[in-house]
Amino acid sequence: MEIAWFKKIRKPKQAVEHKRVQVPEGLWVKCNGCKEIIYKKEVIRNSNVCPKCNYHFRISARERLTSLFDDGRYQEVDTDIYSIDPLKFRDTKAYKDRLREYREKTGVNDAVINARGTMGGLQLMMSVMEYGFMGGSMGSAVGEKVTRAIERALDEKIPLVIICCSGGARMQEGVLSLMQMAKIAAALAKLHAARIPYISVLTDPTTGGVTASYAMLGDLNIAEPKALIGFAGARVIEQTIREKLPENFQRSEFLLEHGMLDFIVERREMRDILIRCIRLLYNADLLAAAAPATPAGGDVESIASRSGGASSATAGPRSREPLPFPGTFVARQQTPGTELQ
Amino acid sequence: MAVEDDDFERPLRDLEKKIEELTGVPGGEDRSGEIARLARRLETLRQEIFSRLTPWQRTLVARHPKRPYTLDYIGLLFTEFVEIHGDRKYADDPAIVAGFASYKGTPVAIIGHQKGRDTKEKVRRNFGMPRPEGYRKAVRVMEMAEKFQRPLFTFVDTPGAYPGKGAEERGQAEAIAYSLRAMAALTVPIIVTVTGEGGSGGALAIAVGDRLLMLEHAVYSVISPEGCAAILWSDQGKAKEAARAMRITAPDLKDLEVIDDIVPEPAGGAQTDHARQASLLDERLLAHLEDIRSVSASERVECRYQKFRRMGKYGQARFF
Ligand SMILES: [Zn+2]
Repeated sequence: MEIAWFKKIRKPKQAVEHKRVQVPEGLWVKCNGCKEIIYKKEVIRNSNVCPKCNYHFRISARERLTSLFDDGRYQEVDTDIYSIDPLKFRDTKAYKDRLREYREKTGVNDAVINARGTMGGLQLMMSVMEYGFMGGSMGSAVGEKVTRAIERALDEKIPLVIICCSGGARMQEGVLSLMQMAKIAAALAKLHAARIPYISVLTDPTTGGVTASYAMLGDLNIAEPKALIGFAGARVIEQTIREKLPENFQRSEFLLEHGMLDFIVERREMRDILIRCIRLLYNADLLAAAAPATPAGGDVESIASRSGGASSATAGPRSREPLPFPGTFVARQQTPGTELQ
Repeated sequence: MAVEDDDFERPLRDLEKKIEELTGVPGGEDRSGEIARLARRLETLRQEIFSRLTPWQRTLVARHPKRPYTLDYIGLLFTEFVEIHGDRKYADDPAIVAGFASYKGTPVAIIGHQKGRDTKEKVRRNFGMPRPEGYRKAVRVMEMAEKFQRPLFTFVDTPGAYPGKGAEERGQAEAIAYSLRAMAALTVPIIVTVTGEGGSGGALAIAVGDRLLMLEHAVYSVISPEGCAAILWSDQGKAKEAARAMRITAPDLKDLEVIDDIVPEPAGGAQTDHARQASLLDERLLAHLEDIRSVSASERVECRYQKFRRMGKYGQARFF
């Protein structure tokens, strides 16, 4: 499997290898948590977490990737997808110009990076959102890339991790951004039925349409401490209900308390925890045994039959059996948080 | 300027008043001729005004308090409706109605947002803004539709999911996300109709279907024009610009290849004639249902997947 994996790369030309990023310039940094001025190297050495108050600094997608994959090495895929301006949108500035500026500023095509690599020796697909690119907002390009990451995980039968960091759907692409939620959720329905683990990591911030689609659909939804996670914006809620919201409203700890997260994990432990969870959930024997299946074969078989490796192109989608209805309905006996009302 | 733009029906009201005045006054034979002439002018003017509504004016029509709502369509298009309640976990959400009914003799499942007509009912229905329980109730009906292999009709008309404290605590985002995923995996035919306001994720949660229909003056968008204006222009007053910029009308969505079909409305909008609107919709629902029923379940699910898979417009090039 280890060897075959490299042969399954869909578009090898796109593959880009990345190594550890260098230390950014500037010697000191002010912590948003305790407001103290801290020696930057010390923060970086501490996984970009404040050594004094445990504040988790927002980090770039590339920093995430290097911190999670084995030896900080990964193979970037789907690098050629970029946002266009389908609506010819203009607010105080033309969307087209905004896109160009963000591309130049961040050095990425759009607000997400797809990468393949190993973690603890396990192959997996990862999508990491880049908050620096228009607040990590989701338009058609982000939707397409995340969908491709899911489809790659499905094709290659490897686990999927998505690191969310987004203000939500991108208004400048209107309803097309909204539709990305459905598109991604539909792809996740397939992954779900195929019994391939998907871990959603929610980081500060994860809000709006991203939360209401893939961020909340992980087999496990895990978060960094004190991350802002929610659907509606706190200001909108305050205006609607005309009352002040509690201090920790829509923070990781609040969501954990209300049953929306599986656990909160500190950044420096993220990699180890992800590896452990994937080992515990990813059932390679099951997926291998499920391989070519008869249509009547039930849940896993019918889906897994698609993943015949790179040669599966011949097996057109139409020849495949219907996806089984997600089986988790029965498992969801109670809504977490109901007792707290 | 702003008032004129919003009150685009004013010339119609003026004319109606004039006709009324003339009718009320006892007079000679010559009056009936004038009344008929004015009535004809009224109809021409109505068609003229409604044929060139701006996106913002369409938004106002889509929000018209006399527009038919889900329960109106259920009454006019279906028989033997049995409404179900509750998510079996926490509560019942009156902002979403759901259940089963007969459509031309075929048992079907129905889910729709529901707004209220009078003040009391508006409050009870929370202005058509669902809480998580609404989506979880919807998922219950989806689950049963699948179990008993009943086609599903959904009617979309909401300003959006309710932005409340309790809604967040009880997982509004999770409820919507779960519904999206569940709907994508159903094997039964699903026909979605946006009848009024298609407000963001709160609308989309029950709008993943094989066919997406939109009434002529309905709107469907990622955020309300007011919300978009507040964020991008820092000025709610720019809602008209936002409505235009976001491309939220039915013809826009057809152009963007999001919806399949535009259902015509009677001149003056759906609110002027519920029965006529229902019959215009009925025609389209039946045609689409027959169409998607004719393919196999597996093909249907894959087609639905590909339908949403294609949505969005992006480029492919390497910059770095
Ligand atoms: Zn600190």
